[in-house]
Amino acid sequence: MKLTLKIWRQADPQAKGETVTYPVNDISPDMSFLEMMDVLNEELVNKGEEPVAFDHDCREGICGMCSMYINGEAHGPDRGITTCQLHMRKFKDGDTIYIEPWRAKAFPVIKDLVVDRNSFDRIMEAGGFVSVNTSGNTQDANAIPIPKEDADEAFDAATCIGCGACVASCKNSSAMLFVSAKVSQLALLPQGKVEAKRRVLNMVEQMDKEGFGNCTNTGACEVECPKGISLSNIARMNREYLSASLTAKD
Amino acid sequence: MSQLNSKIPEGPLDKKWTNHKNNINLVNPANKRLIDVIVIGTGLAGGSAAASLAEMGYNVKAFCFQDSPRRAHSIAAQGGINAAKNYQNDGDSTYRLFYDTIKGGDYRSREANVYRLAEVSANIIDQCVAQGVPFAREYGGLLDNRSFGGVQVSRTFYAKGQTGQQLLLGAYSAMSRQIGKGKIKMYNRHEMQELVVVDGKARGIIARDLVTGELERHSAHAVVIASGGYGNVFFLSTNAMGSNVTAAWKIHRKGAYFANPCFTQIHPTCIPVSGDHQSKLTLMSESLRNDGRIWVPKKQEDAEAVRAGTLKPTQISEEDRDYYLERRYPAFGNLVPRDVASRAAKERCDAGFGVNKTGEAVFLDFSSAIERYGREKANVEGIENPSKDKVMALGKAVVEAKYGNLFQMYEKIVDDNPYETPMMIYPAVHYTMGGVWVDYNLMTTIQGCYAIGEANFSDHGANRLGASALMQGLADGYFVLPYTIGDYLADDIRTGAISTDSPEFDEAEKLVKDRIDHFMNNNGSKTVDHFHKRLGKIMWNQVGMARNEQGLKQAIEEIRTLRDEFWKDVRVPGSPDGLNPELEKAGRVADFLELGELMALDALERSESCGGHFREEAQTEEGEALRNDEDFTFVSAWEYTGDPGKANLHKEDLVFDNVELKTRSYK
Repeated sequence: MKLTLKIWRQADPQAKGETVTYPVNDISPDMSFLEMMDVLNEELVNKGEEPVAFDHDCREGICGMCSMYINGEAHGPDRGITTCQLHMRKFKDGDTIYIEPWRAKAFPVIKDLVVDRNSFDRIMEAGGFVSVNTSGNTQDANAIPIPKEDADEAFDAATCIGCGACVASCKNSSAMLFVSAKVSQLALLPQGKVEAKRRVLNMVEQMDKEGFGNCTNTGACEVECPKGISLSNIARMNREYLSASLTAKD
Repeated sequence: MSQLNSKIPEGPLDKKWTNHKNNINLVNPANKRLIDVIVIGTGLAGGSAAASLAEMGYNVKAFCFQDSPRRAHSIAAQGGINAAKNYQNDGDSTYRLFYDTIKGGDYRSREANVYRLAEVSANIIDQCVAQGVPFAREYGGLLDNRSFGGVQVSRTFYAKGQTGQQLLLGAYSAMSRQIGKGKIKMYNRHEMQELVVVDGKARGIIARDLVTGELERHSAHAVVIASGGYGNVFFLSTNAMGSNVTAAWKIHRKGAYFANPCFTQIHPTCIPVSGDHQSKLTLMSESLRNDGRIWVPKKQEDAEAVRAGTLKPTQISEEDRDYYLERRYPAFGNLVPRDVASRAAKERCDAGFGVNKTGEAVFLDFSSAIERYGREKANVEGIENPSKDKVMALGKAVVEAKYGNLFQMYEKIVDDNPYETPMMIYPAVHYTMGGVWVDYNLMTTIQGCYAIGEANFSDHGANRLGASALMQGLADGYFVLPYTIGDYLADDIRTGAISTDSPEFDEAEKLVKDRIDHFMNNNGSKTVDHFHKRLGKIMWNQVGMARNEQGLKQAIEEIRTLRDEFWKDVRVPGSPDGLNPELEKAGRVADFLELGELMALDALERSESCGGHFREEAQTEEGEALRNDEDFTFVSAWEYTGDPGKANLHKEDLVFDNVELKTRSYK
């Protein structure tokens, strides 16, 4: 396949970026999207130019590091996958592909397609945990039975990989899907219920501080989420938040 | 040759760890606040260690090269984590887990370490559940288990095919809590470049801020290396693109011995290579072997027709299929350990029965499992005489619930529906049992420098059993290191903060700066990947699934030549003062080029076959591995001398007081 790539290049956070056009040839439909980017970068290095910086690591859809906005969609045209799982068979010979970084105030660009997502980490630090220390004397794992439905629902929420596609897809750059997935996981489990109120209040406060927008129930996040995290988590978080705001003691 | 002191405590096997904990030095809570610990890597081992040390009161500085600690490659572990809970009442016990692990490792691991691992395994599950890790459960609300290769009990806890993710997010959340409290200072997008040793003790590191390119000095009273394994020396592996040996190799160069580097695990169930563009390989969890049956065509002409695309696997009748694992190993069948399954696949493909375009693939077939589950489900739902279609539909739903994400992953990569046609798989490099030599306290041969998780060598011998890596990473990080490190740090309570303004720091920083300058000013003509791919080919062909003397000697020569060429001709574009992925890769590949030679040397020295290390000269008439206990019941611990090819070999003799060394048989 022959393709025309239009890629966002930006030397550093302060630089004014621009879209640069690169033709690529000999792309096999069996390549992954990132392998196609490898081909381009190898060519650029051989020509003495600087390769395109992009985040990637596991290349099997689980680490959440890769983050490309392809033809106006987070992680590209396919569903239920990350950029690294997108294959070139989804494109046609002669296509022009636009590749941009995640765009959000809370995700500043570091270089080219690489953005800073530490705002997610700070939200986690605000409450995305159960306050339990390591100890060899924690009670037996089977001491509290958990209904399978609850455990499964908590698991589904917990599969979030923290890639930020939800924020990138949202017209308001809202992080509600990400935050609600963690709030839901822990609110559904007896171990997490103890501090559920404090958790949701603190995490939402931090989310707002980071400059993420509000949720207006468009649902783009759910569509683009590589792990299919459900919008119902946002509903659960809103419920948790409301009840916590009304009844929290401090 | 000097004797290595492994510091295994006295006393009976099942009392060693308890006695040791009772006798080692402690640091009181007020003094812990005066002590700094550096942790390199935030996977299961590093993340759990950082969190636990911070909870105890130490000041922790944690480093990862990714943009967040949550992305460490432990996240990609799929199948599960072992623990001797015996919830299934199938006769499991600490001893059995210990015995299976020792036997699975082909009697090349330390009894005392492995027993301790089995002992703390149950605590791990308790700890993770308390953190809110959503393990799979049964309808009664209790935890579910599955079985894994090389064992005959069901002791593996899991969260669909994402167990590593869930466990890592548990450790990450524990870390997040401590980062929020300021007890862990987190350095994302930082890479350790050098260890700083002062008066024989590890006292800090030089790290590069990957965003600004700045070199930073960080001091501490102890340094913990939890940087994972070195499978990427093969270029193609199931490791993440960034996984590397650099931190482990830098401490090796500073005096930490490197143990059993040739013990690498080639995992039997990975998606086969599709072409030259391939950047990495994808694992399909071993848990699939619970329900999938592995086969190739019995007739050579059928295999050829499959390869040519003129015959579909579903058109091959039952009697024309060779379920070779079930045939060769009736007792364990498709659940033989990884090394055995991998070699058996290679044997069939080498004999001409391989099935994809390249001839390097075998089938993993779920049709009988789908049917079995379908019938079971039909019974449960009270459907009498269900049609075949109904059975298959019900069965598919069950299989989807168990392995859905794995099937989806396969379909996305291969563009083939594994519910309808069998998957194609082939072995790929996955895990490295070898690593930095450590004593019972997990300390390396450098005072105050520790290695935990996959980065050390200690628990898996010559072959790791499935679902044991997560167990070891978390055992080391949650339950072993936090205790043993106190024994060393107890002497440091009056030391005070370590200054970074010292000749040792100056020297280490200069070393790093010179190396970076070399890369930036080299003006070579070939990319880093060019060299990495060539190294990978040498390693896979000569130091891969089967090794022989001539090939290993040739590999050593080729790697030495390649290494010279790399330093002379590598091209690194851009600037060192900012994000520069090519520069990062160059530093990592430079270390792989040294490690690769040591691996070949170690494999050459060990002229027996054991576990994942198969020497063609040492095999039985049936082609099974032939161990040589008389000459090789030891750990090879290599000391760096300035040239990896001239490393000094130290031997730690392995003593087996509690198990009898047997020929491993899964027949």
